[in-house]
Amino acid sequence: MGAVQSYRLRLQRKRWRIRAFRKRRELSSIADRTSTIKRDDILVFSTLRNEDVRLPYFLDYYRDMGVNHFLMVDNDSSDGSVDFLAKQPDVSLWHSRKSYKRSRFGVDWLNWLQTRYAHGHWALVVDPDEFLVYPFCDTRPLRALTDWLDASSIKSFGAMLLDMYPKGRLDAQPYRAGQDPLEIAAWFDSGNYSIQKNKKFGNLWIQGGPRSRVFFPDKPALAPALNKIPLVKWDRKYTYVSSSHMLLPRGLNLVYDEWGGEKASGILLHTKFLDTFSTKAAEELERKQHYSGSVEYLAYSDSAKDDPDLWCKWSEKYINWRQLEILGLMSKGNWA
Amino acid sequence: MSVGIVMLVHTALDRAEQAARHWASFGCPVVIHVDASVDRETHSAFVKSLSDTPDILFSKRHMCEWGTWGIVAASQSASELMLTQFPEVRHVYLSSGSCLPLRPVEELIEYLGNRPRTDFIESATTADVPWTVGGLDKERFTMRFPFSWKRHRYLFDRYVALQRRIHFRRKIPNGITPHMGSQWWCLTRQTLSAILQDPDRETYDKYFSKVWIPDESYFQTLTRLYSTQIESRSLTLSKFDFQGKPHIFYDDHLQLLRRSDCFVARKIWPRADRLYQAFLTDAAGALKKTEPNPGKIDRIFAKAVDRRTRGRAGLYMQSRFPNDGWDNGVTSGQYSVFQGFSDLFEDFEPWLEKTTGARVHGHLFDPDRVQYSGQQSEINGALSDSALTRDYNPKAFLTSLIWNTRGERQCFQFGPNDSQEICWDIAKDPNAQISVISGAWAVPLFKSNRNFADIRTEAALLQKIESEHLDILRSYFAKARIRIWTMAEFIEAPMEPLQSIIDEIGHKTLHRLAEVPKMSDLSGFGKFLQNLKNQGMHPHLMGDFPVMLDEPSANQKPRKPYLVQ
Repeated sequence: MGAVQSYRLRLQRKRWRIRAFRKRRELSSIADRTSTIKRDDILVFSTLRNEDVRLPYFLDYYRDMGVNHFLMVDNDSSDGSVDFLAKQPDVSLWHSRKSYKRSRFGVDWLNWLQTRYAHGHWALVVDPDEFLVYPFCDTRPLRALTDWLDASSIKSFGAMLLDMYPKGRLDAQPYRAGQDPLEIAAWFDSGNYSIQKNKKFGNLWIQGGPRSRVFFPDKPALAPALNKIPLVKWDRKYTYVSSSHMLLPRGLNLVYDEWGGEKASGILLHTKFLDTFSTKAAEELERKQHYSGSVEYLAYSDSAKDDPDLWCKWSEKYINWRQLEILGLMSKGNWA
Repeated sequence: MSVGIVMLVHTALDRAEQAARHWASFGCPVVIHVDASVDRETHSAFVKSLSDTPDILFSKRHMCEWGTWGIVAASQSASELMLTQFPEVRHVYLSSGSCLPLRPVEELIEYLGNRPRTDFIESATTADVPWTVGGLDKERFTMRFPFSWKRHRYLFDRYVALQRRIHFRRKIPNGITPHMGSQWWCLTRQTLSAILQDPDRETYDKYFSKVWIPDESYFQTLTRLYSTQIESRSLTLSKFDFQGKPHIFYDDHLQLLRRSDCFVARKIWPRADRLYQAFLTDAAGALKKTEPNPGKIDRIFAKAVDRRTRGRAGLYMQSRFPNDGWDNGVTSGQYSVFQGFSDLFEDFEPWLEKTTGARVHGHLFDPDRVQYSGQQSEINGALSDSALTRDYNPKAFLTSLIWNTRGERQCFQFGPNDSQEICWDIAKDPNAQISVISGAWAVPLFKSNRNFADIRTEAALLQKIESEHLDILRSYFAKARIRIWTMAEFIEAPMEPLQSIIDEIGHKTLHRLAEVPKMSDLSGFGKFLQNLKNQGMHPHLMGDFPVMLDEPSANQKPRKPYLVQ
């Protein structure tokens, strides 16, 4: 990596930071409880739109894990999300009516909030349908992990997105507020992932899973990226480049070992595929606010009409993190 | 009151207080050294909180940065205070604020009481220890280290490089032999006071203050001068990871720690409430005798180091993506690739499955569809049969397939009709067993009902592709177990090659092959090749097929399948 390239990335990083700074004006505060954030608190950052049915379980899941404060951006929800979140004692809420796409899918907004509030904290960036699983998460709180990462001088922790789906039609089992979505979307693909290295940013680019298998069998290159680096000991100089897939400076993207060993990593259980999915897909298609002309949602809605069953004979049923580690989807690394 | 505890503390003062009270309540005097980087307010609050116990004292504070002299200075001051203030103390036990006594204190007192003259300190010469990290073993005693490793890594590294370059060497004073070992020791008053009151102490201190990580070598070296009886092991259970950082114990290690044969464990996560509860406050539980089984602890932490440094062979995932050549195994298990066999034999795949018990696929790299065994549309791991998905990343496809089917041998067919991008990866994989009958791709052409001009074009193309593949297989970089026969060679004596392939697959059959696959009827094949030649295409991969031999004649019966003697 030459000096020129490294300087270019530096400029790019500054550009994203300036952009985030400009985009701060699109955010209006609804409930600001950031003064209650203490020095060592673990923070969750999230954008959402019309997710009220998911929010109760989402908040409880991360509260139990030891998250201290949630900083959330509501992108013009029309359901009860705003009222519900504004009432929560550990949530600070912002609102934006502006384009999700123009804010680079919420990245600019969250980059700004992180610059402002996350400096020196462990910050976890997740959507309301993503649930972090890390080694020993059934016996050790998230604080144990961040303390260990601190002690090991590790600044970022990777957690691949694992698409979960139900057996049978997506709309067969309705999801109720407060319910564990994994009771319905309990299945996943264990071994059909393809990895490439992104030379420029140094991150891995992972594709595969049920979305690639069912929606993109003939156009695998278009399948969505599954690599994520959601947990970072934030510094105001950092910036996410695209969603939580990659960061700058690029050293933060090196969450994998290149010399044969395994680094510790987790999984984001992605519970997008519930009965709420088809309405969401229809709405998102209308809004055209997602990646590359919503090609993902287009493909979904095409296949979803014919055969909405993602399940196949070789699908695995989720048990716990140890199962994911044995299957080779995540690793304990040298955390024992 | 025979054991005194010296405790080095820098964070989690509340836990340190808990541990100190525990020791003191069993009559062990405690001297605490608080790192000078702890601010004055916190320090005085801490001192005050322990002021009700007369047997807990505080020593002069030093700055303790990892790898520097401060930690030794701290142990010296605290030990001196301990020896002068508590004359009854016979053994001094060095511990830290994140240490936790695993066994009842009475047991430790009794144990040391039975060994009044033994010094427990891990102490080995540099040549004999495998655990130095960063390549600095002998050099840590012969170089100078004025720069902080944590804060000024660049200067640290440059200065080491410079000293190496100019062959700088410090003199080791008085001809002592440097020894190294765990920094957590338990020494007798006699040995410890001899070290602290040595007339040459100033010389040693001056020397060791510039040694790299002196807390692992100061006492370890000097004990050798005075001790009458050294037991070279630490009474403190302490496990280190591949970078030399101590592993941390959590609540879920409780059962494991109960089975340790050590008296004290470090380091404990300060918020591991259950551990503190179990070992400090729950006297009944702590007294519960369990058969010590330290091997189990060793295994768990050795495995963690192995996982971090070598990983699981053949696994490619989000946190393990080895550079080319660093994968310690391209794939996770052995598999077999057959080229030409299913062209030459009519029922090769079912025969192979029956004979070996392995899973036999068709052409996995077929350009239209992945031909899994049993015509499945997905296979283990929900790996899809889409050819486009496979060709998007053929190596990921192959390594996933082998990983997903761990424990079951995979066999598949390959040929010049298939997509060829995978060839190098297979050839370089020591797990692959590749068997090729070169030129056998001509058999289906020979049997086909196509125009000869098309056949000729196709044959030329396939021959070129297979020829390139054979070059790869014969290259210097190929690591697979490769066998190549020309077709002519193979059909002359097919039993022997088949037998050796099957033997290598390792299916336990005591008998020799009882049944062989049925070979296609090749009468007229020589003529077919000659026709190709006559059209200007030279088929050379099949070996020598005499034209006349298989000239069909009216009274000759169709050839029988091979039989076995």
